[in-house]
Amino acid sequence: MNRIFRVNMKDLTCKIEEVPEAWAGHGGRGLTSNIVAAEVPPTCHPLGPNNKLVFAPGLLTGTPAAQSGRMSAGAKSPLTGGIKESNAGGTSAQQFAKLGIKAMIIEDQPEAGKWYELHVNNNGVTFHDASALKGVQNFDVIAAMEEKYNPKIGVCTIGIPGEERLLSANISVKDSDHKIRSHGRGGLGAVMGSKGIKVITIDDSAGKRVTIADPEKFRAAAKIFAKAMLDHPVTGEGLPIYGTNVLINILNEAGGLPPKNFRYGQCEHHDKVSGETMHDVIASRGGSTKHGCHAGCIIQCSQVYVDENKEYITSGFEYETVWGLGINCMIESLDDCARIDNAMDNIGIDSIEGAVLLGVAMEAGVLPWGDGKEALRIMNEEIGKATPLGRILGNGTKSVGDAYGLTRVPIVKGQGIPAYDPRSVKGIGITYATSTMGADHTAGYAIATNILQVGGHIDPLQKEGQVELSRNLSIATAAIDSCGMCIFIAFPALDIPECLPALIDMINARYDISLDGDDVVALGKSILKTEKAFNDAAGFTNADDRLPEFFELETVSPHNAIWDFSPAEIDEFWNF
Amino acid sequence: MKITVKLFAIFRNDRFKIEDRDYPNETTVGDVLTSLDIDGPELGVALINGRHVTKETVVTEGQTLALFPKVGGG
Ligand code: SF4
Repeated sequence: MNRIFRVNMKDLTCKIEEVPEAWAGHGGRGLTSNIVAAEVPPTCHPLGPNNKLVFAPGLLTGTPAAQSGRMSAGAKSPLTGGIKESNAGGTSAQQFAKLGIKAMIIEDQPEAGKWYELHVNNNGVTFHDASALKGVQNFDVIAAMEEKYNPKIGVCTIGIPGEERLLSANISVKDSDHKIRSHGRGGLGAVMGSKGIKVITIDDSAGKRVTIADPEKFRAAAKIFAKAMLDHPVTGEGLPIYGTNVLINILNEAGGLPPKNFRYGQCEHHDKVSGETMHDVIASRGGSTKHGCHAGCIIQCSQVYVDENKEYITSGFEYETVWGLGINCMIESLDDCARIDNAMDNIGIDSIEGAVLLGVAMEAGVLPWGDGKEALRIMNEEIGKATPLGRILGNGTKSVGDAYGLTRVPIVKGQGIPAYDPRSVKGIGITYATSTMGADHTAGYAIATNILQVGGHIDPLQKEGQVELSRNLSIATAAIDSCGMCIFIAFPALDIPECLPALIDMINARYDISLDGDDVVALGKSILKTEKAFNDAAGFTNADDRLPEFFELETVSPHNAIWDFSPAEIDEFWNF
Repeated sequence: MKITVKLFAIFRNDRFKIEDRDYPNETTVGDVLTSLDIDGPELGVALINGRHVTKETVVTEGQTLALFPKVGGG
């Protein structure tokens, strides 16, 4: 991976550049964030010509390392106004790696109203008129591109919300089953739309296998790493059987599962949408309870959710989405939730933002609590078609709250808060407050230690230790996100001593370098600081590292917990 | 004394979801696990009334004990 494809959407050119020294040791999030920080003016309009959209596979992507096939996408986020990295499975990352593309940087924009397909292959990028695809949603775009090329073609696409630059729009990535994985958070689909790009197709047929400097050392480390994945009960057993949705019941029991737009900490009908129930429904209907989002995933937390006639409804049906629809919006039918999830894939909006904004819309009285049929209609007919109401909703949780004059608006830096109540799981509250990405549970997944007792235990209701926990996890996550690794490797990494050294050994063997654990921590720190500096220069201050006020005003049952961190306590996060 | 035991994920296999069960006074979480034929190391999280407890914690009359194997997600 030694080439940078620099694409200009104004003059429709692609230059192939060598990787500058400063970026050689970066991949994934570290690379997208460094490129955005170096090349995007922090105060630019995220939908204007000065923003850049960057794609970068991780440092280990394309190698046989388990879990390493994730692609990072970065830009200045139109949703948060700050830097954004969002990583996704699908085929694109490994295709880029095969083509030796370390990053693709997309600059500037064409005349308004022009739509293009960017076709990426070994020779660079060619530009094709895509006006016929305007107004076509994602699954049909994928089908059209497979028809045009072949079933193996890689596809990254936006639906109508992306074309219309709605701030919840995501970038959808084709997976090996012709379905969709997403660069979900932060409105990157709107950035792609602002650049007149309807779809990116990737032909890796002239690509080569990624070279590994020391294959023997790599093989040995990869074996240890894969064994850690399979040996750890979370990644070897819990995730493959139940998927991430296994969390519904444990969060409910612990009082951290917020129903009805963050009103309470537990939900009466939790079992109707729990991971255990979902497993039984899928198994009894003949769907698949196990599924990987990219080749090389041995954990397989995903699934294929089918209806009674074994017809596909959705896949990649994650805990946060099920929480958002089933608990936050009180939609008790798992089938309805699955259909809405699929609609969000098809129209191309972030399924977390989509579910959180829907909860605020219910709060506003736009639709009744729990009305899955109306929620599905709103997705397809309003947001999916960018009607006036659809624009208010599709611009995200903050937009809905502003439009209807509400104060119970769960956001940080403009991005919807997912799935875990920060009052009763305080570590994740610190992550929501401080993340450079806006409210993002994956940025420093304190649930592991607060609730799941992985990597030790810190009482979720106590303030002590949470800032340090969130900081350490955030640093480690920034590094893991740079490897192209799925974040779930953190579970074995926290508990199995051989796991992290094996990961570092794989990087060393791949590039013939000699990183140690301290270097990896230093990498994580520098990524966070680079992102923070970008956000500061974009106009963020400490006051943006705060949770919405209602968390300080209302306690949450059953523990009567409240958000009671002082500003100074939160700001300690950045003391490293 | 009577306590309510809730089981989750694979702990439910060949057992139950929720049951009111009789135990002698001074029963610990570990004793409940033994009575259910669950090996200690299999336990991920034990919660009594929504708070994390250890295997040594003594369960008292009327409490609800929730037992999870090691699970995760995110
Ligand atoms: S464990 Fe899940 S998220 Fe991670 S790579 Fe596999 S399918 Fe994707």
